[in-house]
Amino acid sequence: MTDMDALLALAPYGLDREAKQALLTRELLALSRHHAAGCPEYARMLSAWGTDLDRIQSHEEIPFLPVRLFKEFSLKSVPQEQLYRTMTSSGTTGQQVSRIYLDRETSTAQSKALSKIVASFLGNSRLPMIILDSSALVSSRTQFSARGAGILGFSIFARDRFFALDESMALDVEGLKAFLSRHRGSPIFLFGFTFIIWQHFYQELLRLGEKPDLSAGILIHGGGWKKLTSQAVSPQGFKAALGEVCGITQIHDYYGMVEQTGTIYLECEQGHLHAPVWSDVTIRDPWDFSVAPMGQRGLIQVSSLLPRSYPGHILLTEDEGSLLGEDDCPCGRKGKYFTVFGRVARAEVRGCSDTYEHT
Amino acid sequence: MSNLNKYVDAFAAALEVAPDQVPSLVYGESPSWDSVGHMTLVARLEDAFDIMMEMDDIIDLSSFEKGKEILRKYDVDI
Repeated sequence: MTDMDALLALAPYGLDREAKQALLTRELLALSRHHAAGCPEYARMLSAWGTDLDRIQSHEEIPFLPVRLFKEFSLKSVPQEQLYRTMTSSGTTGQQVSRIYLDRETSTAQSKALSKIVASFLGNSRLPMIILDSSALVSSRTQFSARGAGILGFSIFARDRFFALDESMALDVEGLKAFLSRHRGSPIFLFGFTFIIWQHFYQELLRLGEKPDLSAGILIHGGGWKKLTSQAVSPQGFKAALGEVCGITQIHDYYGMVEQTGTIYLECEQGHLHAPVWSDVTIRDPWDFSVAPMGQRGLIQVSSLLPRSYPGHILLTEDEGSLLGEDDCPCGRKGKYFTVFGRVARAEVRGCSDTYEHT
Repeated sequence: MSNLNKYVDAFAAALEVAPDQVPSLVYGESPSWDSVGHMTLVARLEDAFDIMMEMDDIIDLSSFEKGKEILRKYDVDI
């Protein structure tokens, strides 16, 4: 395996297909061997499938693990004493949660990859940050929800943080105004979960008749569209509505999951989700799991070079999507770009903002 | 106040520990030095030395000793 720092020194969207696929195949094969050596369950799965890693030509031939395996099994590839953090997914009550075991190397790599990806959108200087969520999420030291962990992961990009919602999820309009006047003239980074933003920021501003000036804002949001789709709010409608109420024009959705923290898929100015250099997206036919061609709808497989402490480098998600193109997005970023349609029917319901039940 | 004193004070205040315990602190292992404590620590260090740390340095700040090494990049000798 290539040294992690050398991998992380790559520009996030700099490699074209040929160079990137060669890198991915080499590194994902090396990672598969590493996990087979460190995780007996993974080694058994490879041998049950009759996989001979020495004969594999492309990383898309390496078997994937269904993402739900991390709910049913404790899968780790390093000795217990090297682990220092366990991430859990955002399952709602009664659902099993994924358990992802991180050592320092993997955890640091996740933070660094995330920072490189986000910096390529926000620039290298740390910006004042408005968190469109409740301060209560990070008030408990020992217990973080997936929402709290997401907020903390992105907080590294901030130099002054403000939680726009108080502990009871009420919008702090006066605090927001004070923060904006303190940082007048500076770009502002905003982060939050799609549904929370809609329900507790957008609709509150509308109700209160407030129009704060966020024209210098850059919003990154994620967590899924399920609840908004059920309210007939489209991604375009979301952007237009926010623009109307606070003047914000730079809005980027992202797709990502706790099982592969760090390598998120951020939406560019064209509305396309982009795979960064450390990860890839493969669309698979839901019936025979063959690799689907460009444009065809299927299950999303995500492959990442970051997971070293757990065998989560090649995962089949329960989300549907389709590839839109590769290397030729008008935004200039190299790599595959794609769109996500949402969770497949009858799969478990999950997703960061979907765990929030409004009462 | 010496740089070392300012440095120790920033850790002690941010991570809520006694100054004599500061040198043994390690990110992720010491109970108060979690992600929340980390952001507080970065803010305290930036205030104390009037610097603005880069993202990679914030991520690499993993122990009392490592922090000294990082601050050297900002012309702060502890």
